[in-house]
Amino acid sequence: MAAHLKKRVYEEFSKVVQQQQEEIATKKLRLTKPSKSAALHIDLCKATSPADALQYLLQFARKPVEAESVEGVVRILLEHYYKENDPSVRLKIASLLGLLSKTAGFSPDCIMDDAINILQNEKSHQVLAQLLDTLLAIGTKLPENQAIQMRLVDVACKHLTDTSHGVRNKCLQLLGNLGSLEKSVTKDGEGLAVRDVQKIIGDYFSDQDPRVRTAAIKAMLQLHERGLKLHQTIYNQACKLLSDDYEQVRSAAVQLIWVVSQLYPESIVPIPSSNEEIRLVDDAFGKICHMVSDGSWVVRVQAAKLLGSMEQVSSHFLEQTLDKKLMSDLRRKRTAHERAKELYSSGEFSSGRKWGDDAPKEEIDTGAVNLIESGACGAFVHGLEDEMYEVRIAAVEALCMLAQSSPSFAEKCLDFLVDMFNDEIEEVRLQSIHTMRKISNNITLREDQLDTVLAVLEDSSRDIREALHELLCCTNVSTKEGIHLALVELLKNLTKYPTDRDSIWKCLKFLGSRHPTLVLPLVPELLSTHPFFDTAEPDMDDPAYIAVLVLIFNAAKTCPTMPALFSDHTFRHYAYLRDSLSHLVPALRLPGRKLVSSAVSANITPHEDPSHQFLQQSLERVYSLQHLDPQGTQELLELTIRDLQRLGELQSELAGVADFSATYLRCQLLLIKALQEKLWNVAAPLYLKQSDLASAAAKQIMEETYKMEFMYSGVENKQVVIIHHMRLQAKALQLIVTARTTRGVDPLFGMCEKFLQEVDFFQRCFIADLPHLQDSFVDKLLDLMPRLMTSKPVEVVKIVQTMLRQSTFLHLPLPEQIHKASATIIEPAGESDNPLRFTSGLVVALDVDATLEHVQDPQSTVKVQVLYPDGQAQMIHPKPADFRNPGPGRHRLITQVYLSHTAWTEPCQVEVRLLLAYNSNSRIPKSPWIEGGEVSSQVETSIEGTIPFSKSVKVYIMPKPARR
Amino acid sequence: MPEIRVTPLGAGQDVGRSCILVSIGGKNVMLDCGMHMGFNDDRRFPDFSYITRNGRLTDFLDCVIISHFHLDHCGALPYFSEMVGYDGPIYMTHPTQAICPILLEDYRKIAVDKKGEANFFTSQMIKDCMKKVVAVHLHQTVQVDDELEIKAYYAGHVLGAAMFQIKVGSESVVYTGDYNMTPDRHLGAAWIDKCRPNLLITESTYATTIRDSKRCRERDFLKKVHEAVERGGKVLIPVFALGRAQELCILLETFWERMNLKAPIYFSTGLTEKANHYYKLFITWTNQKIRKTFVQRNMFEFKHIKAFDRAFADNPGPMVVFATPGMLHAGQSLQIFRKWAGNEKNMVIMPGYCVQGTVGHKILSGQRKLEMEGRQVLEVKMQVEYMSFSAHADAKGIMQLVGQAEPENVLLVHGEAKKMEFLKQKIEQEFRVSCYMPANGETVTLPTSPSIPVGISLGLLKREMAQGLLPDAKKPRLLHGTLIMKDSNFRLVSSEQALKELGLAEHQLRFTCRVHLHDPRKEQETAMRVYSHLKSVLKEHCVQHLPDGSVTVESILIQAAAHSEDPGTKVLLVSWTYQDEELGSHLTSLLKKGLPQAAS
Repeated sequence: MAAHLKKRVYEEFSKVVQQQQEEIATKKLRLTKPSKSAALHIDLCKATSPADALQYLLQFARKPVEAESVEGVVRILLEHYYKENDPSVRLKIASLLGLLSKTAGFSPDCIMDDAINILQNEKSHQVLAQLLDTLLAIGTKLPENQAIQMRLVDVACKHLTDTSHGVRNKCLQLLGNLGSLEKSVTKDGEGLAVRDVQKIIGDYFSDQDPRVRTAAIKAMLQLHERGLKLHQTIYNQACKLLSDDYEQVRSAAVQLIWVVSQLYPESIVPIPSSNEEIRLVDDAFGKICHMVSDGSWVVRVQAAKLLGSMEQVSSHFLEQTLDKKLMSDLRRKRTAHERAKELYSSGEFSSGRKWGDDAPKEEIDTGAVNLIESGACGAFVHGLEDEMYEVRIAAVEALCMLAQSSPSFAEKCLDFLVDMFNDEIEEVRLQSIHTMRKISNNITLREDQLDTVLAVLEDSSRDIREALHELLCCTNVSTKEGIHLALVELLKNLTKYPTDRDSIWKCLKFLGSRHPTLVLPLVPELLSTHPFFDTAEPDMDDPAYIAVLVLIFNAAKTCPTMPALFSDHTFRHYAYLRDSLSHLVPALRLPGRKLVSSAVSANITPHEDPSHQFLQQSLERVYSLQHLDPQGTQELLELTIRDLQRLGELQSELAGVADFSATYLRCQLLLIKALQEKLWNVAAPLYLKQSDLASAAAKQIMEETYKMEFMYSGVENKQVVIIHHMRLQAKALQLIVTARTTRGVDPLFGMCEKFLQEVDFFQRCFIADLPHLQDSFVDKLLDLMPRLMTSKPVEVVKIVQTMLRQSTFLHLPLPEQIHKASATIIEPAGESDNPLRFTSGLVVALDVDATLEHVQDPQSTVKVQVLYPDGQAQMIHPKPADFRNPGPGRHRLITQVYLSHTAWTEPCQVEVRLLLAYNSNSRIPKSPWIEGGEVSSQVETSIEGTIPFSKSVKVYIMPKPARR
Repeated sequence: MPEIRVTPLGAGQDVGRSCILVSIGGKNVMLDCGMHMGFNDDRRFPDFSYITRNGRLTDFLDCVIISHFHLDHCGALPYFSEMVGYDGPIYMTHPTQAICPILLEDYRKIAVDKKGEANFFTSQMIKDCMKKVVAVHLHQTVQVDDELEIKAYYAGHVLGAAMFQIKVGSESVVYTGDYNMTPDRHLGAAWIDKCRPNLLITESTYATTIRDSKRCRERDFLKKVHEAVERGGKVLIPVFALGRAQELCILLETFWERMNLKAPIYFSTGLTEKANHYYKLFITWTNQKIRKTFVQRNMFEFKHIKAFDRAFADNPGPMVVFATPGMLHAGQSLQIFRKWAGNEKNMVIMPGYCVQGTVGHKILSGQRKLEMEGRQVLEVKMQVEYMSFSAHADAKGIMQLVGQAEPENVLLVHGEAKKMEFLKQKIEQEFRVSCYMPANGETVTLPTSPSIPVGISLGLLKREMAQGLLPDAKKPRLLHGTLIMKDSNFRLVSSEQALKELGLAEHQLRFTCRVHLHDPRKEQETAMRVYSHLKSVLKEHCVQHLPDGSVTVESILIQAAAHSEDPGTKVLLVSWTYQDEELGSHLTSLLKKGLPQAAS
């Protein structure tokens, strides 16, 4: 391709370059069509043994086939199929037929007859199964053609009696995917007896092979997924399968029962061996609950998961899942939960100190105790105690979903969830904390439960602690003792893990604002004020004291009587904190003070917002003044950039937009400055040195455009065009500068050609947007393109230069939502004076903890860079699992970086920072033209690079020489 | 009539001295060989003389199976094999094989050295006995001899505990040993597949109890320890060396790890250290968490738990100490208890049941002043807590296991008679299977109807399959073939093959039958009418009219002839071979009804 272009530079070409190129491309396609099938034909004829033929087929399967040539290929394959004696080759051909019929743009109805035909003569079971698979592929490609579907269903029914399980499996699959029940089909389907697909599939529920049974259930589920209404009669059949010997059957049966229960929740089913009747959904619920204690954990997981989505179950049944009637020596015993509750309500706190405290009380009527109930008894108790953590997690999730829909159940399951906070697997603990958070609207924690919850604050895992803080943010606490307890535990947490500071403050903020009345009586104690004496003023820098103040101030917001309890220094501290931690401390209506007028009410729409107006105005000013004298433009640009930057600092919600536009303006400013340079007026050879400025500007513009393109989330296509345009200008600048500073024509050749390719590429990518770029640099350039193609490099440079000077300043439309990606490294804090010592040649692991904001797909883009004092830089790709997603737009990177170096004489600092890697290919809209695997040979479009987007942190390290 | 006989020598309506004899399919197996904690005389061991009055045990027993290493399941083993005399194989799992001798040696020491018993087994005997052990893996089918095979399933309870399936031909028995259906901190839950044994012998220690969630217990335990340690108090946990001790260690260890606690935890040394070593080794026998994390760290390589030294008891500051024995009746735990009892900040947690008369029992029942030896009075100011950690399946668990295995009969052992009664009634009610609970020495006999496998030749099967529809489980199918019994195996083959194999010539057996028809017309016409009639009735069969005037239906021949006396009556001669009996009789009955009146 490159050679081809090169030729074009010299040749005289008419104006229709593009069209001609396209013609060539289509021609090429037409050429390949016969050749591909022909080659295959020749290969297959050449093949002397089945093994050879198989090899050819395998090779053939590696390459895709165009839609146009599929039919030819299929014919050849079929032809060979009839001749072939070896089943393995036939198998491969059958599978190829299936693959080919999936090709987009190919309508496979023409090969169906052949496929059905060869099916009838086939003896090998494996090939039969594969052929049925092919038919399935064909059938799914033609969902509208009822007649074909009917025919295929017929074929499937015919082969259902095959002795091989594989064939029966495929038949059932086919029925599940294509079978229909609609009566309207019977009229136009000529003579084909309509079959009751459900009945046919249902008959195979009792097949002798478990795989076929599974396939039958799956087919039934498939029917349901395709929108056919299943009969209620299969419920009983499915229930029988619950006691199947094979786990995959049971697992599928559980699903089927669930589906039926969702379809007919209100039907009445009889309870066997009694005269009573219950709702079907309740019965199904009971059955699935029973499966939570199945022998196979796969089934248990399945059952536990499905329980969560059965919302229509009566509450009576639901609550049984948490009930496991305890007994000891045939006497009824209360559970520990009940005991705790009783103690709590009787006013006595915690005990269990006496032996026999849990001594059983009432006698149980032996006849009434039902050890394995048909009902739902204790399903969750079992699920939460299961050996496999997968089951436990599924159970916790199910609890969560059920509790969200039923407040009374939420109240009941609380004890169990709290217990899960002590699970041995961290994932389960985390999951149950999250679950609790989700249902926190429905619940109020009792003091003893709160106690258990708070105990987890000491957990050494940061994730757990933070999840717990989030939970506390939205919990309801019932008493003031509870609040006090929570505060005390949080402060304890703060002293034990100082890094949790921000999270704890945030947690207290919400805790305060949720419970103002409970905080009120605690205020004197918390501030340690005394009715008569002044107490010492606490240290303002103490994080614990700040934590207390955050709690109080947030409570005071809705409790006007509270500030009366404050002492003088509290007010001073308030003013200080309101300023320094404005996101944590709300504006208060304080006696004798004006309400701080920061209250920009949230109901102002962004366009009425004065700061947003200001932004708009200043930008418009710039865009309208593009034809002023260069000096004035420069000044105005500088001024606006400064304004925007300041605005971004002040108004965090506008920071993204402001920064984005400021960057763009800066690029423009640089471009203008570079073009103002005097060097353009003087003869080239004299300016070797001064040209630094211009080339530096070009380089910087490039960098900035990459930043604009990849560091902001929410950038739309119209911005991308402008950014690319700016980059193109920078490249033009680069071209001119190098043209002026280098001697000789040879290097220029390459550069010009590259630049023209660049322009070409731009045009191709953004062809739809070109009308918006009236009068721009690229617009003019494209007008002159034919001339440029044929001109000598020196001329090209000249043309480009004049056009660059004449080009106008493009208006950058502002996107709706734009956010700058940013990262803050929390750990290492970079404050330590103690060097990290390790033996040289070995590695030391450095924990890195950072929060990332507005980074899209951080798993692939965020890298960690370590810079050693000797200038050596090391790039580390964190594992995908190191990223967590605590909220929308936010990510958290917790990873370990391995450092190593040869021995140093004294400790020194290494720098750690985060980089955003980009790949220019990813953003460019794929034009249909590029399809077909030739992208790599195109203009080198993919430019990979990295943008640093966090402050670097210094870490003190000391590799010691190894001792011998 | 084949039968399975079960006789408990110990553990029949009783806890302790587990020893059950099973005769199945002509094989005799002894399950477990335990001692009784409650006795110090002859009753301590099972009465092996019951097995054979005179004669060697080895001749009578095909194998011995030990379910786990607790002494009430293996304590009598050296006595049985070395002193009574048994040389056959003893099967147990690998962990049991490793830990068993340690416990036996300990038991021997206490009996001989402390109590001064004579005529007890020696260390050498333990060694010799262990040489007869064959170790098995989980789910490994071991062929004891040609017919008898055994297979181990995971049972929870303690490290290496297993349930055993004993199988002879198609008859099988499952013996559970002790098992636990709820997983704990170091072991998983018992599991068995749907093996549908003829008999399930299950323990029933907690036949009448349904236990609370283990999480409450764990949380309580941790909370208590944590509070005491935070107060600066010392916590004493008396334990027996193996089993629960490891669970509590893991529990505390992970808690310490999670909560970043610094207070030291000690474990009194001795036999525990050796045992802990095996716990580290047999990771595959532990629960999911330990198995998954052991790549990073073996959970039994305790970080926070260190060996205890006598001097540590006087150290200031908080600490947690695990000390033996578990009932505070003697030894290190009692010594530490005496030192710490005076301080109300301290705490003692009893993790299990205490026998009456022990210090443990006294303090649990609320006694605050204890008389020690030498008339000393010890005032107990420390807190006393009771936590029940037990590793047996509760009633619900037992029912769950019965449900999983789907046995034909259940037999309860290892429990109290009164409680068994309740469970027995429940099992019979829920599962509709018969349930037995024999006392020691009482024999239960179960008649079995073993299925006899018959081989069928593939050709015959395929031929039959081709003839009709797929086999339907609900409908019986008729199949023609010849059963050959030869060298105690059975084969079903086609008759031609049978003839060929046995070298016999085939005899044709033909039935003929005459049917009188009243028909004045000629023979040919009669035949024609018969033909058209049959043709219309028997649509599925091939009906032909042969040129010689006879009619054939498949291979059945019908000839019409005039009656010698009455020309108005025609005689139809119907003849069919033995193989076509069904069709032939159908045809005759059809013809006997007469022909329909012809239209003419």
